[in-house]
Amino acid sequence: MPRSLEDLLADVPLFEGLDDEARTLVAGCARNVHFGAGDLIFKEGGEADVFYVVRHGSVAVEAFVPARGPVTIETIEAGEVLGWSWLFAPYRWHFDARALTVVRATVFDGVCLREKCESDPALGYTLMGRFAQVLIDRLQSTRVRLLDVYGNDGRH
Amino acid sequence: MATTAVTEQHEPGAMVPAPFRVAEREQDTVDTWTLTLEPLEGPGPSIGPGQFMMVYAFGVGEVPISVSGPPGRPGPVVLTVRSVGAVTAAICASEPGRTLGLRGPFGTAWPIEAAGGDDVLIIAGGIGLAPLRPVVLHVLDQRAGYGSAAVLYGARTPGDLLYTDLHADWRRTVDVEVTVDTAGPDWPGRVGVVTKLLPGARFRPEQTTAFVCGPEIMMRFAARALLDRGLAPERILLSMERHMDCGIGLCGHCQLGPTLICRDGPVYPYSTLAPWLEVREL
Repeated sequence: MPRSLEDLLADVPLFEGLDDEARTLVAGCARNVHFGAGDLIFKEGGEADVFYVVRHGSVAVEAFVPARGPVTIETIEAGEVLGWSWLFAPYRWHFDARALTVVRATVFDGVCLREKCESDPALGYTLMGRFAQVLIDRLQSTRVRLLDVYGNDGRH
Repeated sequence: MATTAVTEQHEPGAMVPAPFRVAEREQDTVDTWTLTLEPLEGPGPSIGPGQFMMVYAFGVGEVPISVSGPPGRPGPVVLTVRSVGAVTAAICASEPGRTLGLRGPFGTAWPIEAAGGDDVLIIAGGIGLAPLRPVVLHVLDQRAGYGSAAVLYGARTPGDLLYTDLHADWRRTVDVEVTVDTAGPDWPGRVGVVTKLLPGARFRPEQTTAFVCGPEIMMRFAARALLDRGLAPERILLSMERHMDCGIGLCGHCQLGPTLICRDGPVYPYSTLAPWLEVREL
């Protein structure tokens, strides 16, 4: 028997511990989607009116670099959030996202969710705190990689 | 968890290199080679996992290299060496038939026997997979003696990954997850830091031993991530690297706080290392 969206959200780390009412509100802005391997999920500069929670598969966040082609900046795996540009004006994607494998995801309507957060500040505060944690994790990950820790240190 | 001291220090001959002939030389990456060295005298040393040899390229210099072959058996010595300077370049360029000098083994070993029955996390960064390969080989060989086992491996690019021809074989017995810092469109795998692999690994935090080796800053972040996941600091083992010259605790060049890494390390529990890792002057 197919699981309801509310049930699926209970397994997503981003929504862990949300009460039933909040989860129902969030699920009201969500639907399940499917991408084939190689599909472009969103493109740099496009309107960022959604975000995704990957339930199965792997997504590459890419930047197109002239003379190098697409460069993968990070991969997003099952349980992780894809996209936060929906949170902040001007709501445009900063990178491309491409399915590396078959991807099953839940997509959330950002406009719908922003409206619910504005009318329910407690929900908004909770969700904003959780997205802030996602942003911090990605920032820390990027900082560590900026150190190029595996580079040749030229000794011996 | 105490690390395992394997050799008696200052034994006769500890300062005299024994001749070994290069039997095999295999290129792993653009700058890394694995050499199999056969002793010209005697059966060869019995080496604990994580111990290192002082490797002498005659006329060029001597460097410490961790052993990457199967642990505990006398015989050929397997070394994976990254060419980063004059001495390692000379070692990597040693064709089969050439002779290198080896002293050792030196230092403490990964306490793999003490981890028996535990879940095992093997977390490697870059060339750090080489000193952990004996642990992987031991777990593969003694699989029933451990709980869940996972190798979490990060490198700079897909081209820098070590032992890629072995990963499929390892995956038949243990979980192997790989990530790189940066990749082009041909790479089908993960891109991100190695600690990002932890949430997907199966282990019981209260009954897990983690073996970690890589650049020091990567090990610091990995140790913190493991502590956050509930591992005890004494069950997080790190292999440290400093400038080692004598290998037997005489020259003092590898001092870290009150210890000498060549003699008291390179393998330490995080509970011992943590206070020193915070001191920048060390």
